[in-house]
Amino acid sequence: MGSSVAIEVSHLSKIYEGEVTAVEDVTFQVSPGEVFGLLGPNGAGKTTTLRVLITVLRPSGGTARVLGLDVVEQATQVRQIIGYVPQERAIDRFLTGREHLQLLASLYHLPKDRASVRIAEVLKLVNLENKADEVARNYSGGMKRKLDIACGLIPDPKVLFMDEPTLGLDVQSRLKVWEHIRELKARGITIMVTTNYLDEADQLCDRIAIIDGGRVKAIGSPNELKSGLGGDVVTLTLAAGDLDKIEGLAQALKAQEGVRAVSVKQNVLDIRVASPEKTLPAILALVGARRCRLEFVDYHRPRLDDVFLTHTGHRIQED
Amino acid sequence: MEQYLQEVGALTMRWVRRLSREKFSMLFTLAQPMVFWLIFFGNLFQRTANTQVVQAPSYIAFLAAGVVVMTILNNGLAGGTDLLFDKENGFLERLMSTPISRTSVVISRFLFVMAITSLQVLVILGVAYLMGVKPVTGIGGVAVIILIGLLFGVGLTAISMALAFSVKSHGDFFSMLGFLSLPMIFLSTALVPLAAMPVWMAVLARLNPMTWAIDAVRPLILSGWAAALPKIGIVVIVMTVFDAVCLFGAARAFRRTLG
Repeated sequence: MGSSVAIEVSHLSKIYEGEVTAVEDVTFQVSPGEVFGLLGPNGAGKTTTLRVLITVLRPSGGTARVLGLDVVEQATQVRQIIGYVPQERAIDRFLTGREHLQLLASLYHLPKDRASVRIAEVLKLVNLENKADEVARNYSGGMKRKLDIACGLIPDPKVLFMDEPTLGLDVQSRLKVWEHIRELKARGITIMVTTNYLDEADQLCDRIAIIDGGRVKAIGSPNELKSGLGGDVVTLTLAAGDLDKIEGLAQALKAQEGVRAVSVKQNVLDIRVASPEKTLPAILALVGARRCRLEFVDYHRPRLDDVFLTHTGHRIQED
Repeated sequence: MEQYLQEVGALTMRWVRRLSREKFSMLFTLAQPMVFWLIFFGNLFQRTANTQVVQAPSYIAFLAAGVVVMTILNNGLAGGTDLLFDKENGFLERLMSTPISRTSVVISRFLFVMAITSLQVLVILGVAYLMGVKPVTGIGGVAVIILIGLLFGVGLTAISMALAFSVKSHGDFFSMLGFLSLPMIFLSTALVPLAAMPVWMAVLARLNPMTWAIDAVRPLILSGWAAALPKIGIVVIVMTVFDAVCLFGAARAFRRTLG
């Protein structure tokens, strides 16, 4: 192997029967050892992209490679080096945790002695040793998630794919899962997650691709993406009676020194500024001079949801 | 080859384990055909059924072959159910993301359904025996009955798995099963001989592979080898065609789901 790119997706597209385009011209690369996130709302094409990468879905166009191996032409080899943690709790509630892992070990063709060593390792890693012989029906949501992850780790994968790893988990279990993911990263595993949680993308991922409507809208580290917006964000919400003044105010703000960009959405003005400590008083002075009444003022450093909004034109959890 | 056996063995073991964890459901699955059909239905019609018409010493003796084949039918048609749940909760996708042969999941299911069906056929014949129905062809006959069951079961299980992979919701799956199962039983010689049916039903019953299976099983229980052998010859041909058609039809759904 020795490939310098762990995952390489190039002009990938997938059109389902009935001509629904799920993914269109998606291109990105993931370096070895990275935690890479596909961030987007439901139906954006994240899971479709992931399913192509784990070889269970054939792409309609483009190519995808994992450690240099083509996911269509060399599917069996790809399957040997990847681990997969599905979105749903793909758990057989009649089997115990250990039986899940034994099944998976056999499917990866581990010999018996090697299997039992590996099973003990992953059980320890996800902290499920004392529940290993209980049927999964009695597991909590967090424990099922741990078992899911343990199953994905059985082959000692070089690349791990996780579909919405913390979907539907309570805060504590969520933090635990993040902890596990960081631990795996520390062991040198390349990890790709899909998520529609902004904080997950922000805090967990080294780099993210924002995906919306089947297309990649932006790629970079969370910090790069945030600073790429060009400044901090000042948001002014005008009182309902003063809506007629909003266009005039926007024009005046655009002319103001220190203001980089202004966008208007209904009664909200989104203003990007270079240095707020100088510009904020000037902005408020302009508002006062035009006798606009404000309902709300907000100032913050750019957040990932500002990034998402800028690149997609909507918020991630709008609906 | 060694790897293939390891996969199929582990996957088959999973079905066995699941069943053993559902003891209650296992008991029901095993007991249902003999309780409902052999004991209730058989005794209910014991006196109304004319032994001249059914050409058997008793209605229960006539019915035994029908219940055996009904069980094969229902087990086969329900054979895809667990895969349906696997598809819906993502377990199947997890299996398919591992480096297993694309056929092992389906093969493990065939093996499991066939084993359960054979076991159940034995239990039904045992209960029938206790009710006084002794297969005249003996152990050899019982073995042939099981082989006929396997031959019929392959095609049925293939249909069921293909259906499980193709349906949009599991409601669709179960209503289609229900829609298939009862007409197959009524339009066969399971409950009534061809001669006793209205002509249009007898015509449809002749097109039903189940009728051919019953026509071979029944003489093995009631008449003897001489009467059974020609029927066995026919059923082998009918079932080979039936299985080929089912497997060919199912292959598309298998390939689409399993890659």
